[in-house]
Amino acid sequence: MFKNIYNWIDERLDVTPIWRDVADHEVPEHVNPAHHFSAFVYCFGGLTFFITVIQILSGMFLTMYYVPDIINAYASVEYLQSSVAFGQIVRGMHHWGASLVIVMMFLHTMRVFFTGSYKAPREMNWVVGMLIFFVMLGLGLTGYLLPWDNKAYFATKVTLEIANSVPVMGPVLKELMQGGTIVGAETLTRFFALHVFFLPAVLLSLLVGHFIMIRRQGISGPL
Amino acid sequence: MSSHNDQQDIWPEQPPSRKEMSRRQFLTYTLGGATAFMGAGTILPMVRFVVDPILHKKGAGDFIKVAEISKITEEPQEFTFELKQKDGWYDSTATLTAWIRKDAKGDIYALSPICKHLGCTVGWNNNKAHPDEYHCPCHGARYTKLGKNLEVAPKPLDQYKTKFDNGWVLLGDIVPNTVASEEA
Ligand code: HEM
Ligand code: FES
Repeated sequence: MFKNIYNWIDERLDVTPIWRDVADHEVPEHVNPAHHFSAFVYCFGGLTFFITVIQILSGMFLTMYYVPDIINAYASVEYLQSSVAFGQIVRGMHHWGASLVIVMMFLHTMRVFFTGSYKAPREMNWVVGMLIFFVMLGLGLTGYLLPWDNKAYFATKVTLEIANSVPVMGPVLKELMQGGTIVGAETLTRFFALHVFFLPAVLLSLLVGHFIMIRRQGISGPL
Repeated sequence: MSSHNDQQDIWPEQPPSRKEMSRRQFLTYTLGGATAFMGAGTILPMVRFVVDPILHKKGAGDFIKVAEISKITEEPQEFTFELKQKDGWYDSTATLTAWIRKDAKGDIYALSPICKHLGCTVGWNNNKAHPDEYHCPCHGARYTKLGKNLEVAPKPLDQYKTKFDNGWVLLGDIVPNTVASEEA
């Protein structure tokens, strides 16, 4: 049945070459843990992406209950976590995933570094990778404020002080991120918008660039 | 069209130069201009929208009665007071803290406990290893009684503007420290 549907579509749109191009490539021996177990270090990039997908999915579902408003944010998180079925799990996925994605990204970066995979012709992908790294940090920082508890509030104050310490631009940068002179209602809405729309959009475009370059240049050779 | 080559034979040196814009140039300018106009019309409202909070005028803050002058000692004491503030579409009250003391000459000053390293809250005499200092629990910044930065922090603790009225200390805006430099 599914085969028939697939064939019907394929006859009309010729989709086979598309997915072949994306997915039908042999895994070289030196990156296949089935051949050399130590090759598991090559999995960290894929694991980073896997957790990113979890973050995006769980985040999208969290916004069904979450309200970015100083009066209601905390209560909405409390509610979704303690009264909604599986709320603890979904928030837990997002909460722990946020740390895990940084860990995976770090391990992936170490692998690239120690296998020398950043060398020509892959320099641009290292740069894109670094941009991804900063966007991830941005997602972590903006997400951290959203539950609007004491930890969130004071962590954000410190974050904004870091922005404030940037030479020359600092004070303006801080106020722009803060949306005013205090960490308050407008900071929360700003951080929410950055967290769920702006930064994920930037992240996804960078990831597309990252993956296109990997396809073009192939995985780097064995040491 | 085929006469094009013949014309070159008729005017072998220079074809008469035409001052008009070419069709291609005209289209480039008009389409480019229209695109720029539409692009700017789309982006500018959003840019102005996002920077609005930093363009609001900041009025000088009011002075608020915080402590009775007779209660101020040479040992710094912590006082809290409330400040009405506008927070977007909310009116709220912020609770602020000041450490107030008088020096040997009897001059009263009030320090803000916001650490000048990265903004945690410092306390007075809260580190046994360094008595009679302000200490920040976050990364270990230390300050003297006058707020002078000893370690970690790049600047001395800020001060509140002070006024005295009818036996009360009134505090206003937070300003950079002026007393710490008196200490050699
Ligand atoms: C890789 C991407 C992401 C990272 C690293 C990340 C990180 C975080 C962090 C650290 C928190 C605070 C969680 C807590 O304190 O328990 C958070 C909260 C939140 N995030 Fe994300 N996030 C990501 C993507 C997204 C996306 C794509 C959305 C929505 C479309 C989203 C929606 C939310 C919401 C609604 C909250 C508040 C609820 C809560 O605090 O549990 N996140 N995020
Ligand atoms: S914030 Fe006070 S020492 Fe870093």
